[in-house]
Amino acid sequence: MAEQGEGRGEETKFSVWDLPDVPMGQLPPHLELQRTRVFCNKDAPIHTESIQYSGAYSSIGVDNSVQLDNFCKNFRVEVIRLNEDDIEFDMIGIDAAIANSFRRILLAEVPTMAIEKVLFANNTSVVQDEVLAHRLGLVPISVDPRLFDYMSENDQPNEKNAIVFKLHVKCERGSPRITVKSDELKWLPNGSELVKESTANSDSSSKPETYTYFSSSQESVPEFVKNPIAPKYPDIILAKLGPGQEIELEAHAVKGIGKTHAKWSPVATAWYRMLPEVILLEDVEDELAEELKSKCPVNVFDIEDIGKGKKRATVARPRSCTLCRECIRGDDWEKRVALRRVKNHFIFTIESTGALPPEVLFTEAVKILEGKCERVITELS
Amino acid sequence: MEHGSFTDNSAATFSLTDEDHTLANSVRFTLNQDPRVTFCGYSIPHPSEARVNIRVQTTGDPASEVLKDACQDLMLMCRHVRSTFDKAVEDFKASNAVKAMKIDSNDSSDSEESE
Ligand code: SF4
Repeated sequence: MAEQGEGRGEETKFSVWDLPDVPMGQLPPHLELQRTRVFCNKDAPIHTESIQYSGAYSSIGVDNSVQLDNFCKNFRVEVIRLNEDDIEFDMIGIDAAIANSFRRILLAEVPTMAIEKVLFANNTSVVQDEVLAHRLGLVPISVDPRLFDYMSENDQPNEKNAIVFKLHVKCERGSPRITVKSDELKWLPNGSELVKESTANSDSSSKPETYTYFSSSQESVPEFVKNPIAPKYPDIILAKLGPGQEIELEAHAVKGIGKTHAKWSPVATAWYRMLPEVILLEDVEDELAEELKSKCPVNVFDIEDIGKGKKRATVARPRSCTLCRECIRGDDWEKRVALRRVKNHFIFTIESTGALPPEVLFTEAVKILEGKCERVITELS
Repeated sequence: MEHGSFTDNSAATFSLTDEDHTLANSVRFTLNQDPRVTFCGYSIPHPSEARVNIRVQTTGDPASEVLKDACQDLMLMCRHVRSTFDKAVEDFKASNAVKAMKIDSNDSSDSEESE
């Protein structure tokens, strides 16, 4: 450009500053689109990265840093569906980095109670001890883990860090086979009832030593009076017993996190997806409109009448788009339909296993991330 | 946990134990948002060791201060997310209770999935 300018020396002096201005503080539309949308093209998605660096657009005078008050102004949450077990909500105006942290914490770092130790007094069923113990571990227990402490390695099990269940089922000889379900797990608020062998036959003056050291009954805790501790579902099959078989055991549940073992994970799953955006780049009419409507397996498109016997396709339900890309397959369709995803709009779904309601799980997850930050801050200062 | 030089504290690597992508990736995000940061990144040196290294280089401010501010920002963000979420849930529950009441008076049994 510079050489050209010199070559045309006599002509009116031309300066770049006379060009129509790029609006300052605002990205040109195509860059803005690349920043905020993922383009799902026929071959592959592009512009998938989120542009985090504060100076990413400094050369065109745009500040890309997110100031906190700006974030607070734009951040929104909309609950779509909420019941006892799951929640679906939209989180708008947040980066994937943080949304993903919440998801990861939900899966692996929100604590629950799960059976960790199983003491077998008798097991003549076909299910081996270790298999049965593993099955017991996976049974979700409906109890608020915030009321308990972690049990560390040298801790004695007490009323603050352990829950004890008893299971004793026997199938009498001559009777039909029976199925042992999770409602056979009976909560022992006073702790273990199994007596340690070493103390059982020694002096009889003091109370016999058991496998737990409860100083008070858990039944005295008001929260447990209202809802006694039990497995969340009464109908989980644990084992089957034939005539003459018997299981007698005690199961000790402790507090833990999903990172250690998945049985402590409070969610069945937690996931998010970005909001799909389906855009018609040109008017799609008549037969093409019919074709487009029939292409989509989840019925994203509708057809509207525009008079004179003409019909036009419209995007009616973009949210249900699964991004199967069927609608942009074939000749020229990519010119008519654009599939995009909104980068900062997350449709978040949490399915709880039952220990805590799903909305509480999310707030707990956020609190845990806060705790992590706090830890770093205190370590640095 | 901080590895850097004595003379120039504008660049340092912070080694955090018992952390993983969960914290590191979101801190990297807030660090990147800070105009004082010229470079930041993180790595997990070995998958079976619970440790993450966060590298911060700044335009002159002490790296530890900048990292601290980033954590502070993240914490405030979380706090805002939490309050917004709680409010949204409350609103949803309130509006649903009203809806359920209306439906009840219309003598329809299906209250939850009516939408
Ligand atoms: S990508 Fe699939 S689901 Fe989405 S609009 Fe196209 S055909 Fe429908």
